[in-house]
Amino acid sequence: MKRKGIGGALYIALILLLLYLPMIIVVLYSFNASTSRSSYAFTGFSLKNYTALFNDTRGLLPALGTSLRLALYSCGLSLVIGTLGAVGMVRRKFRLMGAFENLSTLPIMIPEIILGMAFMSLFSFMGLQSGMLTLVIAHTTFCIPYIYIIVKGRLAEMDASILEAARDLGANPRRVFFDITLPLITPAILSGTMLAFAMSMDDFVISFFVTSTTTTLPLRIYSSVKIGVPLTINAISTLMLVAVFLVVGLRTLITPKKKPTK
Amino acid sequence: MKNASETESRKGRKSDLAQAALISPMVLWTLIFVGLAFLYIIGLSFMTKDAENFGVKLEFTFDNYAKLFQPMYWQVLKQSLLLAFYTTVICLLLGYPFGYLMSKVSVKWRGLIMLLVIVPFWTNALVRIYGWRILLLADGPINSLLKTLGIIDKPLKLLGTYGAVLLGMVYALIPFMILPVYTNVEKMDWSVVEAARDLGASPISAFITITLPMTVSGVLAGCVLVFVPSIGLFFISDLLGGAQDLLAGNLIRDQLLKSRDWPFAAALSVMLLIITSALLWLYRKAGGKNDMSIM
Repeated sequence: MKRKGIGGALYIALILLLLYLPMIIVVLYSFNASTSRSSYAFTGFSLKNYTALFNDTRGLLPALGTSLRLALYSCGLSLVIGTLGAVGMVRRKFRLMGAFENLSTLPIMIPEIILGMAFMSLFSFMGLQSGMLTLVIAHTTFCIPYIYIIVKGRLAEMDASILEAARDLGANPRRVFFDITLPLITPAILSGTMLAFAMSMDDFVISFFVTSTTTTLPLRIYSSVKIGVPLTINAISTLMLVAVFLVVGLRTLITPKKKPTK
Repeated sequence: MKNASETESRKGRKSDLAQAALISPMVLWTLIFVGLAFLYIIGLSFMTKDAENFGVKLEFTFDNYAKLFQPMYWQVLKQSLLLAFYTTVICLLLGYPFGYLMSKVSVKWRGLIMLLVIVPFWTNALVRIYGWRILLLADGPINSLLKTLGIIDKPLKLLGTYGAVLLGMVYALIPFMILPVYTNVEKMDWSVVEAARDLGASPISAFITITLPMTVSGVLAGCVLVFVPSIGLFFISDLLGGAQDLLAGNLIRDQLLKSRDWPFAAALSVMLLIITSALLWLYRKAGGKNDMSIM
């Protein structure tokens, strides 16, 4: 029995190691001193890739700025749309609700390339100039389902008797919403928004189809790494990984703990 | 009486209105940017390619679908469905034991492992695949290690192979297998397994006759969640594979951006949409939910 436990732990550790190996390598190579264009072997420790990043030879920082702005706009929009939708949908059922839910969550269920293709042709049909606007529309469309699903999940498990009690004590619907519902779902809204933010920062496939000159960070990374291993990419990737770890840590702190399983 | 029911119905109407106001932004957004977009590509897939007018002529045709069966394109479709299948099988073989074992460790460790499985979701997929690209280079860490150990004298060609693409796919998608399997195994009623063991079943037969059937919905969910996205991840074959590893995703991209054959790209997308919708329908049938609380 004991030996089986150790074997299991080793297996888990091995898979986790494989899961993190590429990230560790990206971070490690960001400190590579190699300047050779033909060889990528690790030659020594240096911070030169970070100084190169901040001296900005590849337009990475403007691309990061674009990505951040894009994530901010689309999360802002989808935060409002998705939360309102969840609050409206959870209260009572209406005809076609199931079909509508399926349609609205479709963007995150199907392969991204289909959505990218659909957006590209729809935008050209509508005559929308590809750029920040098309990016925001596309990203908002796949951010809404994340926020909607998480907020609605929280609303559904909320104790309805609290709301009833408030109503019985004379609170009007608006007051019930702002004094009770909203504070209770705020952690869910925050955690949904953080997830949507990460998905927006991460998106490559959909952005690839809906923009031409406006370049987001993943698009810039893709065009740089297709040919070689430019080490400034490692530097900016390392910074992004650090940011993600901080955000995920923060999110674990604010997310209410699930009841421990029986 | 009459009065009461009247107020009641007025109240009902008022909250109907409130509900409509709350959900209308989402309904409108979804109808325009999801519903209309899909209707448009379905329509587009029956039109004719044209050099002018957004590359499309309003002339009804089935040619784009007939073209799917031309050997050259059929081959690509078959190849990418096959790759999706291999990816799913490997993810299942590696991910199931992981999810299973994870539910056996103490609660304290479980939280940490869960966090470690989830973090990759949050990090940039491109960056992680790029990490593999470095690892697999001719003078990358794996080849140098093998050389130092004296196992090889000449670097192995790792990058630009089918194996590398498969590795990238499994790597990117395995968390989608682990999480549903884990949630399923975790809430399983172990007393049934204990009963079977007490009645003399061997651990293996108890696993096959009880644990496996009881966790089949998690397995199914995992398989759909791995299979579906793997069809479209064209950047993985771009960054890790060679020119021969063309997948449906790459084909759609090339048809759109290089050949400018939008109707054919639309037909390809519609076909993938049909395949994925069928799988998602099966998934829902099997009791799968859009549960993301786990993330």
